[in-house]
Amino acid sequence: MANEFFERHLNINRRHFLGKLGLGFGSAALGSLLIPDLFSGKEEDIASLGIPHFAPKAKRIIYLFQNGAPSQLESFDYKPTLIKMAGQDLPASIRNGQRLTGMTSGQAKFPLVGSHFSFQQYGKSGAWVSEIFPNIAKIADELCFIKSMHTEAINHDPALTFMQTGAQQGNRPSMGAWLSYGLGSDNKNLPAFCVLLSRGKGNGQGVYSKLWTNGFLDSIHQGVQFSSSEEPVLYLNNPSGIDKDDRRRILDNLSQLNSMAYEEFGDPEIQTKIQQYELAYRMQSSVPELTDLTKEPDSIVKLYGAECLVPGTYAANCLLARKLSESGVRFVQLYHQGWDQHGNMVGEMPMQAKDVDRASAALVLDLKQRGLLDETLVIWGGEFGRTNYCQGDLSKDNYGRDHHPRAYTIWMAGGGVKPGTVYGETDEFGYNIIKDPVHVNDFHATVLHLMGLNHEKLQYKHLGRRYRLTDIAGKVIPGILA
Amino acid sequence: MNLIKIKKTLLISLSVVALASCSRQPANNEQLPKEVSYNFHIRPILSDRCFKCHGPDANQRKADLRLDEEAAAFAGLKKNPGAHVLVAGKPDQSELFLRIATTDTAEVMPPPSSNLSLTAFEIKLIKKWIEQGAKYQKHWALIPPQQVTVPNSVSDWPKNEIDHFIMAKLNEKGLEPSEEAEKERLLKRVSLDLTGLPPSIQQQEEFLADQSSAAYEKVVDQLLSSKHYGEKMAVQWLDLARYADTHGYQDDGLRTMWPWRDWVIHAFNSNYSYDKFLTWQLAGDMLPNPTKEMLLATGFNRNHKITQEGGVIDEEYRIEYVTDRTNTFGKAFLALTFECAHCHDHKYDPISQKDYYRTFAFFNQVAEKGYQGDIYSGTAADPPRMKITSEDVDKILKFINKKDTTPVKVMVMKDSSLYRPTHVLVRGAYDAKGEVVGFGTPSAILNFDTTRFAKNRLGLAQWLLDDKNPLTARVFVNRIWQEFFGRGLVKTSGDFGMQGELPTHPELLDWLATDFTKNGWDVKRLVKQLVMSATYRQSSATTKGKQAVDPENIYLSHMTRARLGAEFTRDFVLATSGLLNEEIGGPSVKPYQPKGLWEIATSGRGLTKYIQDHGDKLYRRGMYTFIKRTVPPPAMLVFDGSNRDQCEVKRNRTNTPLQALVMMNDPAVLEASRVLAEKIMVSNNSMDENITVAFRTLVCRTPKSEEIKIFKTFFDSEKKLTTTEKKDQLIKLGEFKHAEIKDKESLAAFIKVIMTMYNMEETITKS
Repeated sequence: MANEFFERHLNINRRHFLGKLGLGFGSAALGSLLIPDLFSGKEEDIASLGIPHFAPKAKRIIYLFQNGAPSQLESFDYKPTLIKMAGQDLPASIRNGQRLTGMTSGQAKFPLVGSHFSFQQYGKSGAWVSEIFPNIAKIADELCFIKSMHTEAINHDPALTFMQTGAQQGNRPSMGAWLSYGLGSDNKNLPAFCVLLSRGKGNGQGVYSKLWTNGFLDSIHQGVQFSSSEEPVLYLNNPSGIDKDDRRRILDNLSQLNSMAYEEFGDPEIQTKIQQYELAYRMQSSVPELTDLTKEPDSIVKLYGAECLVPGTYAANCLLARKLSESGVRFVQLYHQGWDQHGNMVGEMPMQAKDVDRASAALVLDLKQRGLLDETLVIWGGEFGRTNYCQGDLSKDNYGRDHHPRAYTIWMAGGGVKPGTVYGETDEFGYNIIKDPVHVNDFHATVLHLMGLNHEKLQYKHLGRRYRLTDIAGKVIPGILA
Repeated sequence: MNLIKIKKTLLISLSVVALASCSRQPANNEQLPKEVSYNFHIRPILSDRCFKCHGPDANQRKADLRLDEEAAAFAGLKKNPGAHVLVAGKPDQSELFLRIATTDTAEVMPPPSSNLSLTAFEIKLIKKWIEQGAKYQKHWALIPPQQVTVPNSVSDWPKNEIDHFIMAKLNEKGLEPSEEAEKERLLKRVSLDLTGLPPSIQQQEEFLADQSSAAYEKVVDQLLSSKHYGEKMAVQWLDLARYADTHGYQDDGLRTMWPWRDWVIHAFNSNYSYDKFLTWQLAGDMLPNPTKEMLLATGFNRNHKITQEGGVIDEEYRIEYVTDRTNTFGKAFLALTFECAHCHDHKYDPISQKDYYRTFAFFNQVAEKGYQGDIYSGTAADPPRMKITSEDVDKILKFINKKDTTPVKVMVMKDSSLYRPTHVLVRGAYDAKGEVVGFGTPSAILNFDTTRFAKNRLGLAQWLLDDKNPLTARVFVNRIWQEFFGRGLVKTSGDFGMQGELPTHPELLDWLATDFTKNGWDVKRLVKQLVMSATYRQSSATTKGKQAVDPENIYLSHMTRARLGAEFTRDFVLATSGLLNEEIGGPSVKPYQPKGLWEIATSGRGLTKYIQDHGDKLYRRGMYTFIKRTVPPPAMLVFDGSNRDQCEVKRNRTNTPLQALVMMNDPAVLEASRVLAEKIMVSNNSMDENITVAFRTLVCRTPKSEEIKIFKTFFDSEKKLTTTEKKDQLIKLGEFKHAEIKDKESLAAFIKVIMTMYNMEETITKS
């Protein structure tokens, strides 16, 4: 009887508490203070939690977002027909009513143009990769290329927002926020959802904090920006004049004062506040330790390239992503800007490729050598594809490509995807999908599936409606599952 | 009790939160009510679990069956005329009951594939409801508020009508109200609630000294007439109106809508009645001989995001703006989720897709383009716009804080002279035009009678303010209630529809709404009613007993404690340190912000660099901090501020480690600590006295001796421990000028004392 009463009481308080905090960072942290291994990920815990909905293949995700839309035709979707037919107009039967952006809708002609860069096949899978991605080419047998991605948006902002939140407009939670909400954090000293930004030298499109927003979920699920710079998380560093010991003494006094307030008011929020200060304090030492890349061994620096020691570069962010992920961060989201080659494809594309090629491949290899690739899903790709015809006049030695939502290529590796796979196919013009299309909603459904979540069950009721990352659509793509 | 058992209990409750996220889960031992009410017991279940397929959306309707309408639900099943969905008094003949109660998975409703199910308790409720005659009721929110008799309670606790309603409910639940809060706490609470600023020590002393029975009312009247009242009240309206300083979308260029923001502050300070406030914003341009002030007010409908991305399709974005206005209208004034009917009939509420586009038609007449040019050719104010000159500011728009002689242009509403027909957009797609519709609104709310209402936005405003409109007044008083009590009488302040929460005190809500309209939509009067109530004045201390019965404090047996919102946390820090620049309005400012945030996220065009302000501008209130939509002020987001992307009527209130980091390390807090330490030490008092002054300034009450002791001991030990180097660094914090303090060792230690005080839970909390 006494036990029952206790359980019920505990239940009410937990519900009350979690109702305010949601699942994730803070609640996981306090949960683990109460019961040490609540979020340890032990099978029986997961099973009784009802979530994940089934055994996950991947435990964590690193999403290498190539912001601005890298051309599939200069990277992974090899189309010799475009070289042969260079300068000829895109046949109307192929365009088939596709709407155009305001940048090319005024063009009288749509001259086809092939890749300036040569392609070769790699690995047992025989995947085609362009010469400007030599390192990614070398790991072709680790990768699963999806050549048949398609989206609905034709401009950067809505397309990026769609790719990240499952809706073109609106303040919906980002993928990382959904996973933080659904699965919480594996590390009580780090947020479940971390964001890393870098800029390439190519024509850029900005990033927006709504891409890593918690939307209607609690702000605990918001992506937290990290960097390998002096202040890796906003407001993390003590000011000059306050060191770790000073901070400890301040917090000891604070905790005493706050406990007095709790005695007076009995408000459970005060207890939570005390714990959050302790967590902040722990982050102050655990985060800089983690984000310090200077202590990495030479072999690692060699693998990622010397640039990985320069804070804010893509290479540094890849290495940092590995460290965060290895420490249990559920979702690490990178954005690398500069992929919007409306013109000067010949000049900009190799620069952009050089920024990311080595470090992207290094990340996959590094995870593999640590035995982490099986449980970490790596995703590489942009928000849409690029047109097979030239934007503006086609000159002899240069060209550009406009936005193309109907087909683009991304790749994934590790965490339950079939390695050495090429999934889906576009026509010889690289314009339309002719086999196995993958819609953005399908992509989200599949990623959630790999994380052990049923995309139709991971939902949140907000203002009367149950929302999902996949909204009202999406199906898991079995063809890419290992 | 063993550990495994505890774990299991926790895990079950966790999954409830994760998957259902709905607070309607009754405890297992909950008693069935004597009288089952359709509105309060049955509809929430049917709406949540059944209406998606058997509700208002004709396209989604399964088996040609709808349960949301009485006649349809009682009609025989078409495929089987002998069978009935509902037979009053006879659950065993009612298919509705049989299908939810069966264990046959092929028959059971809702079907397992929907991932929805009913609890045993809910099934029992439905059974009892059918036994009692299966009576339907109109959704509570669609019945105009009724004149309510104030309940009579014998207690001498009530101070005004509100308290009688609260008392009646408390009695019903076996709860008692709390004593009035201690004077200092009450003063802090009401000052922060009415002006967003804490009381000074002098104000505290005056209030403590005033033993008259009118002391509290005197303070309330002073606060209501403070020029900072308008600022405080404006913030929730700015969230709702999605006000920001940039256009949003990827290039996110500058816009100048701050004169509109200045108007909102002015309107609250001048106590514009809500009907006027609403009409001017919706249709100021349509009033006879509109003044420039009326035109400025219409900026409300131009605060939505505007794209400057090269290559966008003009019409796609024009439609997007009209959609935003329509959705904002639904949420802000009616607390209905209009947006659901953008692509299809609403699945729960009586808003058809046609209704949606009829309402859309009002906002579809603006002489505007979806794309006015990119960031280089676009301007800070797209047409239609209005120029504001210095002469305007001198003569009519006196409340605008325009700093120089250059005219500014703001976006306003103006309908095109050419009528633009409105189509239903199939699946909401801008280029999939369906049938043409005229002006109108969802008739289930109130018929848009064109013989009474003009067919334009002014008519729409009149429709909102009509006596028979069931929502406008309720929605507003509920949001104001939420502002002061932390939670609305309807918790879902943005959704009064079938899927929203039911009012906890329906009679009180109706009484407040009718009283409000009867008294000329007088906002200050309403606010005063709330803060004068005994309910508001209660102590916020709670007991284990009260928490067990009412953990969320729905019934207000004590006052709910609440952490200050994002802007007000900043205001608090500035005001208490004496740094606050009390100027009202004007162009937004750029205070301290961590380096590199704009620079790393920019497209390379437009506002690429954050150029921090200096001097006075560093110390403006939080509501004047420049909001760049793609990179909103980071500390504000950490404290649950809005990113101003879309209309928001309620902020989350979280408690996170990142908030601790901001209070520990934000330069604004550090500078305030240094400046306040100097300010207090200039008086050359004893450290005990200094600590007391700091404590009264920050916590706004007299410290207990135990608290002074903790700080004094801390001060003494820090004075010994602080090295010369650290001391030099601490006393330099921030850009603000320094006061001459000789004893640098004491100053450094005292700065730490004040830093600690700023981080006390009680400091930035309304207790």
